[in-house]
Amino acid sequence: MDLVDRLLSGDRRAAAQLVTLMEDGGPPARAAIATLYPHTGRAHIVGVTGSPGTGKSTLVYELAKEFRSRGKTVGIIAVDPTSPFSGGALLGDRIRMQKLSTDEGIFIRSMASRGQLGGLARATGDAIKVLDAFGRDLVMVETVGAGQSEVEIARAAHTVIVVDAPGLGDDIQAIKAGLFEIADIFVVNKADRDGADRTYLTLEMMLDMGEGNRGRDWRPPLLKTIALQGDGAVALADAVECHLAHLEGSGQLHERKMSLAQEELRRILGQELLDRLMEQVWTKEWDSLTQGIADRRIDPYTAADTLLEGFLGGVALEGAAEGGDHDPR
Amino acid sequence: MPEKKIRVLVAKPGLDGHDRGVKVVARMLRDAGMEVIYTGLRQTPEMVVTAALQEDVDVIGLSILSGAHMTLLPRILELAREKGLGDVVFLAGGIIPDEDVPALREMGVIGIFGPGASSEEIAGFIKEHVKKD
Repeated sequence: MDLVDRLLSGDRRAAAQLVTLMEDGGPPARAAIATLYPHTGRAHIVGVTGSPGTGKSTLVYELAKEFRSRGKTVGIIAVDPTSPFSGGALLGDRIRMQKLSTDEGIFIRSMASRGQLGGLARATGDAIKVLDAFGRDLVMVETVGAGQSEVEIARAAHTVIVVDAPGLGDDIQAIKAGLFEIADIFVVNKADRDGADRTYLTLEMMLDMGEGNRGRDWRPPLLKTIALQGDGAVALADAVECHLAHLEGSGQLHERKMSLAQEELRRILGQELLDRLMEQVWTKEWDSLTQGIADRRIDPYTAADTLLEGFLGGVALEGAAEGGDHDPR
Repeated sequence: MPEKKIRVLVAKPGLDGHDRGVKVVARMLRDAGMEVIYTGLRQTPEMVVTAALQEDVDVIGLSILSGAHMTLLPRILELAREKGLGDVVFLAGGIIPDEDVPALREMGVIGIFGPGASSEEIAGFIKEHVKKD
């Protein structure tokens, strides 16, 4: 039986092998996506992000446990960074999720970021599709420990939980752009630690100023948790369900799905164009052009135009250079 | 561009809290360009095999210093075969007396690395035995 058929019949090994296929990429991965795509779109995709050490993995574990007790099946994709030097990775998110590992209703997969910036791996979106088609009610995605601009998760999830912990920065950190803007739900984890109240108040003030609303009729709820003891998991699961109900009730779920689709298509097109272009030019002009840029004989934008002209043909490029002017002249 | 990576699960089955060695090995393999999944201490055979299945690993490395290797390793191998993971490369490390080595090899633990095994030795062994097309 074909891998996708096995996946759809509930075979966990097939799910694991398909995720690997997505990571390896190429035509077999595309063919599998084409077959399983009609079976996706049912899962609620929940992203969990925040700085390293805020307790994301432990919180994901507690949340997954809570959703299991509510009768939901859960898929977890946990992303950790790839070494820029060796290309290897040490994936340790499962350590916090041990007790769930043999529950049939849970599927945990660790992913290395493989050089992708933004907090996710290149194949994370496709891995989500695999677990969605596998029939998981919830797919939770834990990002790489995020700094301030690892906001890719907002382009992959329906609900984004941003996890903060005491002692990580003052109120200016909280009003900077980036990570805090993408939250649908805020969590102050390690709420038993010194400074937790201050962190909580800082975030609350930020929310009072309208940060995080982005013109939505949703004010991100702010919750306290102590993930290690499981405190706050019930309220957090409630907030996640409440957010989904809000998205569904307000018609925003459809909007979000549309914007996810646009982002995804744009990203794939960009990657695809780049790959095809590189296939063509690699052996021809690449070396001389890069040498020229290094020697200051040609600037990088002109060099890029030269390559694009050869690839797209002069006419298409001229149209683009006119700023999208469709006048046929 | 996407590429295939060797994925390795390193685990500490049984009641054994000594994880310095396994962490050193995990780091070595990371530096050799592999994706290493470490699952933590006190794993049951079921936990090890479930993790290996979900992570779709090529290699399972088990570190045991408790002396329970002749009980735990056969159980893990048996479960792995039941779940269709027969083609995974099994390695063991830790404190394993010489007299147990032949029996373990017979069972299918093809690589056994005690204290003093070098990074090149372990990573080289894995690269030789895992076929990535």
